[in-house]
Amino acid sequence: MPGPDALLQMYAGMLRVRLFEERVRELFASGRIPGFLHTSIGQEATAVGAAAALRSDDYVFSTHRGHGHLIAKGGSLRGLMAELYGKASGICHGKGGTMHIADASVGYLGANGVLASGCVLAPGVGLSIKHRKSGQVVVTFFGDGAANRGPFHEGVNMAALWKLPVIFFCENNRWASTTAHALSAAGGSIAARAAGYGIPGETIDGNDVLAVHEAVSRAAARARGGDGPSLIEARTIRWGGHFEGDAQAYRSREEAAEGRRTDPIARLAGVLDARGLLDAAHAERIRAQVAAEIDVAVAHAEASPLPEPEDALTDLFAYYPWRD
Amino acid sequence: MPVIDFGDALGLALREEMRRDPRVFCIGEDIVLGVPFGVTRGLIDEFGAERVLNAPISEAAIVGSALGAAMTGLVPVVDMHFADFVTCAMDEVANQIAKSRYMFGGQVDCPLVLRMPYGIGRSGGGHHSNSVEAWFVNIPGLKICIPSTPADARGLLKTAVRDPDPVLLFEHRGLYRVTGEVPEAETLVPLGLADVKRAGRDVTVIATARMVHESLEAARRLAEEGIEVEVVDPRSLVPLDRTTLAASVRRTHHVVIAEEGPMRGSTGAWLAWVIMEECFDDLDAPIARVAGPNIPIPFSPPLEAFATRRADDVVGAVRQVLK
Repeated sequence: MPGPDALLQMYAGMLRVRLFEERVRELFASGRIPGFLHTSIGQEATAVGAAAALRSDDYVFSTHRGHGHLIAKGGSLRGLMAELYGKASGICHGKGGTMHIADASVGYLGANGVLASGCVLAPGVGLSIKHRKSGQVVVTFFGDGAANRGPFHEGVNMAALWKLPVIFFCENNRWASTTAHALSAAGGSIAARAAGYGIPGETIDGNDVLAVHEAVSRAAARARGGDGPSLIEARTIRWGGHFEGDAQAYRSREEAAEGRRTDPIARLAGVLDARGLLDAAHAERIRAQVAAEIDVAVAHAEASPLPEPEDALTDLFAYYPWRD
Repeated sequence: MPVIDFGDALGLALREEMRRDPRVFCIGEDIVLGVPFGVTRGLIDEFGAERVLNAPISEAAIVGSALGAAMTGLVPVVDMHFADFVTCAMDEVANQIAKSRYMFGGQVDCPLVLRMPYGIGRSGGGHHSNSVEAWFVNIPGLKICIPSTPADARGLLKTAVRDPDPVLLFEHRGLYRVTGEVPEAETLVPLGLADVKRAGRDVTVIATARMVHESLEAARRLAEEGIEVEVVDPRSLVPLDRTTLAASVRRTHHVVIAEEGPMRGSTGAWLAWVIMEECFDDLDAPIARVAGPNIPIPFSPPLEAFATRRADDVVGAVRQVLK
């Protein structure tokens, strides 16, 4: 069990993701943020529990639902918010946006608009880690739907074959876009697929941040010890639709209610309260502090200029002194 | 100057670059034995299994892991085995490798090389014979080389390894055993620099890879009739040396563009547009194109021969533009 400070940091971390996503939903609804939006409300424990088990120089590959992973890894809220606005001050200067953002300074090597793509990029990072003997690990997040794509299987096989320091972290939120897990994944269990590749696979409660922290700590220790990859399947619940504006005709209202009953933030608050680490006043102070961070990020994004249109021509190549 | 073949020139470049830079490694299917084209044969003896990675038959993981490695400090050289198989890694090439630097606002460099053995011949059939370079010319974010001689192959591969961006090197499999002089000293061929393979005053033939050799043969035949053909090899398609191409056209006023792949939506179509843009007023005749028919490459020898463009086709196109 992590110490009191670490527990409180996880609590604040999950709240930061929750409040950020709620704010982003409002800004999207009011037209301040362009594009398609996938929020991770309800899934905060996977991002925060995993990141808390990592070193600051470890790497993460993320998904189309990746704001939480970036925030948990320590990415700049200001840079992220400005990127969602499409502003020049965004981490990617407005070229990436919500689904294609990266913050290399914290080892976050990219959200991805294509499912399971991180599963084949991560083994290469594993090769680089082995070459440099740096003792780092790389976590690649993907959803239950992505586990049905070829790159998942190719990536797990390669990482297992070469004992690469990769953690394959499946966030099973029950829905592959609008198709139920049971209607898209044969065999039901994603974790069970690990057995075919001879690596550990475990299913955990993805709404329990402590369970996530423990599983990732174990997988990271194994990876750093040179024993290769692990597969973790974290069962969680996506409170919202696949995307903002999704009418969710495919699922019952009961599921969202179930999500709220198993709220990972309330759950950790209960643990902290029982240990005398968090009373209502303290919780309110944390909430106010996190909300203030988000206010600063929004103000920064609002005040930042849009990119100049011709900036679309920069950043394609590191070296390109030619005329096309 | 030593005379070696195209495949050995590529192997030489790999050895030189792997000796120079410990971050360079090779990955691909069957590369320890160097099957089927022999380019990587023997590398493992000098560099060991950690730098010559015989990968499972997992094109997405091979190409994807190259990107992951490149983003975090290594310099991978991928052997695509047959360029046709890149379809199994198309997301990795088109969405990930080509776009990562751009989408991330320049935060990461992706210094990697995809070696793409490709091309028609010896009844390879529909999944082992295609000229697919045009697919990639249409994807912003990739640099693309297509050498025709051993010296160019070695020099371009060395440059590609040292380039900070992703480079695709198209190696026509019909050229691997073609020999040529290769300098003793380490010699790099820069990207974006075309080479005039034969000088001539009457017509410019812009040709790539195998079609350079077919065009040189056409030029020899036409010279007997007093027609002097200039054969210009762009060597890299992205970046493209517009200056050398245009300078040749301004001298000859006639242009033939020769490539192996299908006519429709091709590299040659784009080169024709570049010539139009650069020097339309210098043209004395419409541009003629030599390119394959719009069919998959068939298996049976007469069918494959039907799909294969040869010196005869170049000769015919030259006569057409000079008519």
